[in-house]
Amino acid sequence: MEFFSYLINGLGLGSVYAIIALGYTMVYGIAKMLNFAHGDVIMVGAYVVFFALSSFNLPLIPGVLLSVAVCTVLGITIERLAYKPLRQASSLSVLITAIGVSYFLQNAAQLLWSSSTKVFPAVFPSGSLELGSLSISYLTLITIATCVLVMVCLTLFINRTKTGRAMRACSEDKGASTLMGINVNRIISITFAIGSGLAAIASVLLCAAYPSVYPTLGAMPGIKAFTAAVFGGIGSIPGAFLGGLLLGVIEIFAKAYISTQLSDAIVFAVLIIVLLIKPSGLLGRRIREKV
Amino acid sequence: MAEDKTPILKVEDLGIDFGGLTAVNDFNLEIFDREIVGLIGPNGAGKTTVFNMLTKVYQPSRGKILFNGEDTAKKNVVEMNRAGVARTFQNIRLFDQLSVLDNVKTGFHNRVVYSPVTAVLRLPSFRAKEKETEEQSIELLKIFGLEEEKDNLASNLPYGAQRRLEIARALATGPKLLLLDEPAAGMNPQETEELMSMIRLVRDHFKIAVLLIEHDMKLVMGICERITVLNYGMMLAEGTPEEIQANPAVIKAYLGE
Amino acid sequence: MLKKLLDRTHRGRTVSYIMVVVLYLIIEIMIHSGNLSSLFTSLLVPVCCYIVAAIGLNLNVGVSGELNLGQAGFMSVGAFTAVSISGYLAASVSNGPVRLIIAIIAGVMISAVFGLLIGIPVLKLEGDYLAIVTLAFGQIIKSIITNMYLGFDGNGFQFSFVDNNTKLAPGGKMLLNGPMGATGTAKISTFTAGVILILVSLIIVYHLMYSRSGRAIMAARDNRIAAESVGIDISRTKMLAFVVSASLAGAAGALYGLNYSTLVPAKFDFNTSILILVYVVLGGLGNMTGTIIATIILVLLPELLRSMQDYRMLIYAVVLILIMLLTNNENMKTRLRRLKNRFSGRGRKEGEVS
Repeated sequence: MEFFSYLINGLGLGSVYAIIALGYTMVYGIAKMLNFAHGDVIMVGAYVVFFALSSFNLPLIPGVLLSVAVCTVLGITIERLAYKPLRQASSLSVLITAIGVSYFLQNAAQLLWSSSTKVFPAVFPSGSLELGSLSISYLTLITIATCVLVMVCLTLFINRTKTGRAMRACSEDKGASTLMGINVNRIISITFAIGSGLAAIASVLLCAAYPSVYPTLGAMPGIKAFTAAVFGGIGSIPGAFLGGLLLGVIEIFAKAYISTQLSDAIVFAVLIIVLLIKPSGLLGRRIREKV
Repeated sequence: MAEDKTPILKVEDLGIDFGGLTAVNDFNLEIFDREIVGLIGPNGAGKTTVFNMLTKVYQPSRGKILFNGEDTAKKNVVEMNRAGVARTFQNIRLFDQLSVLDNVKTGFHNRVVYSPVTAVLRLPSFRAKEKETEEQSIELLKIFGLEEEKDNLASNLPYGAQRRLEIARALATGPKLLLLDEPAAGMNPQETEELMSMIRLVRDHFKIAVLLIEHDMKLVMGICERITVLNYGMMLAEGTPEEIQANPAVIKAYLGE
Repeated sequence: MLKKLLDRTHRGRTVSYIMVVVLYLIIEIMIHSGNLSSLFTSLLVPVCCYIVAAIGLNLNVGVSGELNLGQAGFMSVGAFTAVSISGYLAASVSNGPVRLIIAIIAGVMISAVFGLLIGIPVLKLEGDYLAIVTLAFGQIIKSIITNMYLGFDGNGFQFSFVDNNTKLAPGGKMLLNGPMGATGTAKISTFTAGVILILVSLIIVYHLMYSRSGRAIMAARDNRIAAESVGIDISRTKMLAFVVSASLAGAAGALYGLNYSTLVPAKFDFNTSILILVYVVLGGLGNMTGTIIATIILVLLPELLRSMQDYRMLIYAVVLILIMLLTNNENMKTRLRRLKNRFSGRGRKEGEVS
């Protein structure tokens, strides 16, 4: 029974990672860049929800929607100002720029809202669902359900809509997509918008579980989710989902059965082992250079 | 050719599949010392795939490659080069950020050898070995008329010169067999003319065999002693230039019905 | 000799050696004439450490072309090895500089071993996957050192992992203390030692770059397939760059660790790795002189902006983004060139042509 409760907790944590990882993986798939500022968009999302709920006394849903709107605009703005001018530059330059954006967001947050930790209000019912001897908190249930919902919507969007098809085309071949009349810049903007919107949703789930809001709160979940995206095969949407869930489960199991202090080391070690066996992640495709 | 000699390259029933699709099948070839052999065929016939198998960029699915009478089944790309097979590439692959001279010097990697420790400590042997590498590289650049360009970046060379530099780099590895993948591509008639005499000169000067893929029929017919024709991954014909030119199957493959 | 130092291939190297020595002399004069604030004096050794780590990383990222996001991990290995050795030898080797040399050598050796062990799996991967694995190793090293307890007393060493089970006899000394790291370290690093270390790193990296091995490393970076086709063993070549880079990070860490009386493992986290990478990229890939200049400017920038107080890190971030945009965007580059031409009074024609 203990095993199942750890498993479900792991899936809960993994769901948060999965939602964040989707942002990394979509941006990577289309813009071919590692957006290191993604974790900090989560932080901004968390602050927006915090202020919406505690300062403006908004109910949860409008608060979350406001946060999603702010993060979406933020994501698009970052892409326009910092990444778009570097479309032709080396990936390393883009990476450093993303790091600059990350510093910027963290320090702007510190300036605007101070570095002191703010306590996130309780937004979800605190009880838990009792199934025999197994008890699952409502928060975990809501988190897992949200993740599944996000995954289903995103899959439908990517596969059933015109924009979704254009996104897939762009991730295959930008040049050919342009020739087919797809506005690649618009698609990249939409990708950033979706990724950042998802980051806002993730921020609420994250802060509901760990209720403190501070300027560097996005850094560690960002790195973990990035790891999850690579784990599943970066660029692959089902991969990010699978990678996120597995990472959460491994982390919780490592904490429960091996050592709390070493759980991060174990998570990263598993990542390395997986990449050595499958060099492009669990669901990633290996692209071979043509000679 | 002299039947009593053993060929330096002997390929038996070579074949490769990519995900269930057969790209090349039942390919046979013999090349003797100091021979110039042509490998021709329409686009997509599998010519470059043959080169990739001979150099082990691709591991063949079937068949045997004997080099100098030795089975090469266990060799990888690096070991094939060390054994004496060097190549150029259809889409030029130079070391773009290195100078022309350094491009050739990399070819001497396994011929003039000293350790990184020797380099860091600048031991006496470092200077001698570097001098040797430099002199031999300049020698090669002179043969290919690239001496003036030695300090330029390889990527700044004109197209024809890049092709010549690739050949010089391949020769620097001291091969017994040189594989040239469309050496005349993108060259004007005069450059092609010069290339033809250069290939002959290389064969005589370095005493090596040459296998070349080429679409320029004037070049192929002009310098190849034997020609193998590939079509849809299968061998269509082989023989002297005269025989190939008269072969109805070859004419059909090239000109269609 | 002079002619050789000034010829085309040597010029860049000569410039960087001279720059380091001249900067050293200027700073020494400023220190002795009392013109250097205590704040800047305290930054001298750390700047040297970051320069050495960045020179190493540039060999890995710029010359060998493999993105490495775990350089701080190797610094950490070097730092805690050196601090432990120095702590252990404090009584027997009382001469500071000698102990410093022993500690740095030990730090380099252990980092090199880690570099080799980590390089074996890492270098099998390519591109972004390789980068993420170096990131992962950096995190693992940090976690492991955070959980290490090492002490010694009259009866020898005691070691424990995760939970501190060491029970030292009176007079014993803890060398590593889990998350608290090393405390009570004798500060034996000096600015002069830092400058010597920079010069040694430059010599190693330059001598390697302009040699058979260096050509192989750059060939493997420029075109992997062509490099293999001329008989270059890619994994051995990349490994060489990776291990030398890790060793230099180890040396940098050793010097860093012995510059402070307390050192926590959390110091060498992902942010530190990124910081060093920023120095390398801004200084120019493969450009060691640029790396040195970029490191100095970027370490000093936040301090120079101190008058801006709270805004300084924000400005730092904006500067970082602007530099990347200015140096990498064609549009901006052209505009910048025109501006430069106008100011330098050279005809407008040249600007228009570009």
